[in-house]
Amino acid sequence: MAVMEYIDAIRLAMKEEMEKDENVFILGEDVGVKGGVFTTTKGLQAQFGEDRVMDTPLAESAIAGVAIGAAMVGMKPIAEMQYCDFMLPATNQIISEAAKIRYRSNNDWNCPIVVRAPIGGGVFGGLYHSQCAESIFFGTPGLKIVAPFTAYDAKGLLKAAIHDPDPVLYFENKKCYKMIKGDVPLDDYTVPIGEANMLREGSDITVIGYSMPLHFCLQAAEELEAEEGITARILDLRTLQPLDKNAIIESVRHTGKVLIVHEDNKTGGVGAEVSAIISEECLFELDAPIMRLCSPDVPAMPISPTMEKFYMLTKDKVKEAMRQLAIY
Amino acid sequence: MSGNQTLNDVVMPQLAESLVSATIAKWLKQPGDTIEQYEPICEVITDKVNAEIPSTIEGVMAELIAEEGQKVDVGQIICRIAVTTAATSPSTTEVNTSGNVQRVVESASANASVGDTSMRNRYSPAVQTLAAEHNVNLQAVQGTGMGGRITRKDVLAYVENAASSRSEVNNTVQSGKESQSPFQGLPHANPAVSPEQYIQASPAATRNQSGLHMTETPKIPTVEVEDSHGRSETLIDVTPLRNAIATNMRQSVSEIPHAWTTIEVDVTNLVLLRNKLKDEFKRREGYNLTYLAFLLKAVVNAIKDYPIMNSVWAVNKIIVKRDINISLAVGTEDSVMTPVIKQADQKNIAGLAREIEELASKTRQGKLKLDDMQGGTFTVNNTGSFGSILSYPIINYPQAAILTFESIVKRPVVINDMIAVRSMANICLSLDHRILDGVICGRFLQRVKENVEGYTLDTKVY
Repeated sequence: MAVMEYIDAIRLAMKEEMEKDENVFILGEDVGVKGGVFTTTKGLQAQFGEDRVMDTPLAESAIAGVAIGAAMVGMKPIAEMQYCDFMLPATNQIISEAAKIRYRSNNDWNCPIVVRAPIGGGVFGGLYHSQCAESIFFGTPGLKIVAPFTAYDAKGLLKAAIHDPDPVLYFENKKCYKMIKGDVPLDDYTVPIGEANMLREGSDITVIGYSMPLHFCLQAAEELEAEEGITARILDLRTLQPLDKNAIIESVRHTGKVLIVHEDNKTGGVGAEVSAIISEECLFELDAPIMRLCSPDVPAMPISPTMEKFYMLTKDKVKEAMRQLAIY
Repeated sequence: MSGNQTLNDVVMPQLAESLVSATIAKWLKQPGDTIEQYEPICEVITDKVNAEIPSTIEGVMAELIAEEGQKVDVGQIICRIAVTTAATSPSTTEVNTSGNVQRVVESASANASVGDTSMRNRYSPAVQTLAAEHNVNLQAVQGTGMGGRITRKDVLAYVENAASSRSEVNNTVQSGKESQSPFQGLPHANPAVSPEQYIQASPAATRNQSGLHMTETPKIPTVEVEDSHGRSETLIDVTPLRNAIATNMRQSVSEIPHAWTTIEVDVTNLVLLRNKLKDEFKRREGYNLTYLAFLLKAVVNAIKDYPIMNSVWAVNKIIVKRDINISLAVGTEDSVMTPVIKQADQKNIAGLAREIEELASKTRQGKLKLDDMQGGTFTVNNTGSFGSILSYPIINYPQAAILTFESIVKRPVVINDMIAVRSMANICLSLDHRILDGVICGRFLQRVKENVEGYTLDTKVY
């Protein structure tokens, strides 16, 4: 066990897998000499050489395409998109090729790629460095999508993603990189893809979320319990696709009141699907309308600090929403 | 508060890049005190150092939010300063809503018990399911939700209550508790909302819970005497500084494999040299020419020859620092600090003596700044100043080594088969055995010894 930052846990997962399996390699913009713009891959090229930690041209479509090709002949590529905002040129490769290879070839071929991409704002990054791309890929059968929130999950999910025989999109939250620290075992463990994680027990409301905003949810829940006696059950989805339906349903049944929280904007986000599952499965257990707290439906993250603050979720916004649901 | 005053939140500033929190050491301003712009409002402790936080605005201290001794995250509100403005603004209400959790609770509970009952007959699917399951007549259930709505929990509580009242009939009338309940006089007391929740709305309870009681005596440093069976023990609260020292020491001892070595140095010539110079120096410069200054010079020059002494263990590599920044251990009555002489290799003996004097007096007055504490690459401790002749120092994490200079003692020494009375001193070195080994440290200490013994009456201090 060691206490480490979220970003260190990601790096450690890649390092361990590369030491274990020589088919694992990394490719992406500035991942080699520079060690990634966030230092996620720092030191890996020095350890594993240029052939296994490859700097690529600024062409995301090529990064994904090369990774898919390599994966189909037995390699285990980890493709880094510098920001998920830059990932869109690669969507055709990811959605039309990677996601469909197993289906199209009637199980003859598979595509074990991992695409890592940082999501999230609040870093004064503006339009091109703050987006959450999960809703773009969410709902594409054939893709798995994970979005860890703790350092423990960051390592365990990335290792599970690398082991997975099919394409996995690994959305890491750039605000978590340095902010989230936690105990991470130094041994070889994985966090299974497809399993949600109950972070906190409670009887008044259920909060369902993923990635960085859970940090606010946990803080708000502690405060609400101490100040007003409201107890919240918090479920970390961890895997966005496939969603852990049973865990969602189970967590709703305990309280009948659900708040879904994510940083991606509200319309068509992951929360919409979670909400639909709940209304399909839990109608007679609901005690309040399903609530969603998400970023507003505006085209882009503002660069102005004041407006960025308005756009982003905060502990206070989450707390207020949780309180409103509790007193409903 | 008059209408034309606004309250400005003061947050814990980012004092250094890596800093995430700091501890309030002392409030320099109390509520009601006037504050000039840039005037210090409080002292904070970070990373073993005291710093003052200046006010960015002019006004009157309205409210202290963080307590003395409390660790506060960067960006959290520590106090509020009232500023008088010409135009009336609505910001007082804004402050109220952001800070006042209580009020919301009060209004929420007020909603629940009296007044609005527009949602009284709106039943959610969960409520209907439960009512059908347990045969509950919903008209008999008291609603605590918004607009008097019966919540899922209300039904569950009603069911539970009915079950318990059936088994223990006598217990249904709990006269003591009933009289405090906000539901007094209503047909059904509601156990889902405990009396404690309402007591919480009183200010005293909230204060105790949040730990923000301003009239409370500050936590540091309280000494309590506890009398147990006639034998008393003194309990001393651990101050933030003590805690920082403890943490650093523990980290150093548990992470660094320490090894220890010592040598003996003949400082007779140094004693003569200093005796020759010290009075004249004191008159000219106004501060003392200490032995430590000569020793530091000798150590710094030895580090130049053996730069590996000036390094840090970084797991898969060793970082050798270019600048030689000497951390100087300075003890006070109840703590030890290690302020740093930056680029000590660029200074002559007089310059080092001045730095020593400055840092020591700053330490004793508690005036060290964060900047004074950072960047040390090698530590020297003048343990001789408190009479020690041998010590086993703990390395100042994450440096590679720490050197102590012990008492100067006159002793009979054999020189050329004759016995002479010489001034002798021990120099001890603890080293990080991951980086350094015996041979290199031996050579380094020999070089220190040569340098110290090389001082003659002709040595220049400028």
